[in-house]
Amino acid sequence: MSQIALVGAVELGLVYALVALGVYLSFRVLDFPDLTVDGSFPLGAAVAATMIVSGFDPWLATFVAIVAGALAGFATAFVSVRFGVLHLLASILTMIALFSVNLRIMGRPNVALLTQETVLTPFVGLGLDDLWVRPLFLAVIVLVALIGLAWFLRSETGLAMRATGANPRMARAQGVRVGAQVIAGVMLSNALVSLAGALFAQTNGFADVTSGVGTIVVGLAAVIVGETVMPSRRLWVALVSCIVGAVIYRLAVQLALSADFLGLQASDLNLATALLVLVALVLPKLRGRALGRTLGRRAGA
Amino acid sequence: MIAVENLSVVFNAGTPLERRALRGVSLALANGEFVCVIGSNGAGKSTLLGAIAGDVSAAAGRILVAGRDVTRQPAEARAQHVARVFQDPLAGSCGNLSIAENLALAAGRGSRRGFGNALRRERAEMLVTRIRELALGLEDRLDQPMGSLSGGQRQALSLVMATLAPSSVLLLDEHTAALDPRNADFVLDLTRMLAERFVLTVLMVTHSMRQALDLGTRTIMLHEGQILLDVSGEHRSKLSVEDLIDAFRKARGEELAEDRLLTS
Repeated sequence: MSQIALVGAVELGLVYALVALGVYLSFRVLDFPDLTVDGSFPLGAAVAATMIVSGFDPWLATFVAIVAGALAGFATAFVSVRFGVLHLLASILTMIALFSVNLRIMGRPNVALLTQETVLTPFVGLGLDDLWVRPLFLAVIVLVALIGLAWFLRSETGLAMRATGANPRMARAQGVRVGAQVIAGVMLSNALVSLAGALFAQTNGFADVTSGVGTIVVGLAAVIVGETVMPSRRLWVALVSCIVGAVIYRLAVQLALSADFLGLQASDLNLATALLVLVALVLPKLRGRALGRTLGRRAGA
Repeated sequence: MIAVENLSVVFNAGTPLERRALRGVSLALANGEFVCVIGSNGAGKSTLLGAIAGDVSAAAGRILVAGRDVTRQPAEARAQHVARVFQDPLAGSCGNLSIAENLALAAGRGSRRGFGNALRRERAEMLVTRIRELALGLEDRLDQPMGSLSGGQRQALSLVMATLAPSSVLLLDEHTAALDPRNADFVLDLTRMLAERFVLTVLMVTHSMRQALDLGTRTIMLHEGQILLDVSGEHRSKLSVEDLIDAFRKARGEELAEDRLLTS
C-alpha cells in the first residue's frame, strides 16, 4: 500500500470516527438503533457543499450542516417518543425522506467542490506537506468532538442520558425526562454524523446523494472493532475506541482493496463490511457457547 | 405529607378483561408517618404505590403530594417529591453504570440537571460518607459497575439512593421480598434506621404480617381494592398477627357469603 493510500485511509477513518461517536451515542448510550445516519451523513455533505458553492463561508456552511443533522435526528426521535413508533421504523422513514430532501437541497445528484474555498483552505500552504494537512485538521476536529462528548457524558445531564438508555424505568423514578433525553441524544448523534458528512464533502471535493448508503453499518463496524481491540468499561476509553475502531476499519478496507491476490473491487466494500460486522456480532456468542460446552464436558467428566 | 382521595384505578377499561384494582381508596399520611400496607395478591397494594408514583393513571379521585395535586403529572415530574425502591434489586439501579454514577444520579433527583460534573468533589465525598456508614466495604469499590454487586448490596444501595435527595414520601414496594432472610433483615434494619434519621414519610408494601405490625407507626390492610383495616397507635400495638388473619378471614368470609347469596 502506498503512503498516499495509507494517509488517505487514515483521513477517511477520522471522518468516520465522528460517525462512530454518533452511532456509539445512539446504539450504546441510548440503546436506540438509529438508521437516520444513512440520511444525515449525505445531508451534511449536501448542505455544506451547496452553501459553499453558493458562496457562503465554509465554516457557516459546516455549522448549518450540523444543525440540519440535529433536525433530522429530532424528526426520528420525536416520531418515536411522541407517537410510539418503533425506533428502527421511525429512523428508516426519516432516512428515506432525507434522500428526497438531499436531492432538493443539491438540485442534482452530486455537487463538485473542486475550486471552492473550504474549511481546509486556510491551512493549505502553511509549510506543511499537503498530504498531511487534511488528516491533521480532521484529527483536531475529532479530538474536540471527543473531549466535548466525554465532558458532556460525565455531566449531570449526560449521566441522566446514560441512565435513560440503561434503565428507563429507574431514570424516570429519578426524575429524568426520558423522552426529552432520547430526543436530545439522537439529535446530538445525528449532528455529529452530519458534521462528518460536511467534512467528507470538503476533504473529498464532492457531495453525492448516494454517499450515505451503509453509513450505519460502517459506524457500527467502527464501534464494534473498537470495543474488540480496546475492551473497557471506562467512558473515556470507550469513546477513544470508537475513533481507533473507525481508523482500523478504514485501514483494513484499504489493505483488502490493495491486496491484489484477494481480487476485491471497490464495489465489494458493502458486502465485506456487512460480513465484518456479522462476524464481530456473532463471534462473542459462538465463543460463549464453545466455552459453555467445554465447561459442561468438564463438569460431566 | 401526601393524600389520596377517593382513588380508583381500572385496568383494561371497557374490555372483557376489565379489572378494578382500586375502588375509592382514601388515605392521608402525616409527615414522618411510616405506614405498612398488607393484603393478598391482587388486593391493590402495588397499584396504590404505582398510582402515587405516577406509573399507573387514576380513573377517578385525586392524589396530593406536598400539598399539590399531582394526579395528572407523569412519574418523572413527581419524582421531585416521591422516592422509590422497587421489589427487583435490578430495577432500581443501572447495572452498567458505576456505583458512584448511580448514587450521583439519585442525588440529583428533584433538582435541575445541568452540565456540571455529576461526580464533582464535594458530592463524591458526601457519597463516600453515606456508603461507609453501611459498613459493607463498598466505599472502596465506587468505580465498579453496579452490576457486580449482589442483590442484597444493590437493594441496600437503592435504599440509600432513595434518601440522598429530600422526598415527601418514600415508596417501598416489597423491597425485601427478593432477598434471602439475612439480607432482608439487613435491608429492613437499614430502612428503619434511615426512616428515623431523616424523619421520612414511608409507605411500605409487605407480604409479612409480622413486619406490618413490628415496623412503622400504622398498618393498612387492602382487600379487593379497598381499605379493610387501618390501625395505628395503641390499638395497633395490641394487635397480633392472629388478629390480622382473623380480620382478613372475616372479609373473605363475608364475600363468600355474598357469593352464595348470588348463586343460590
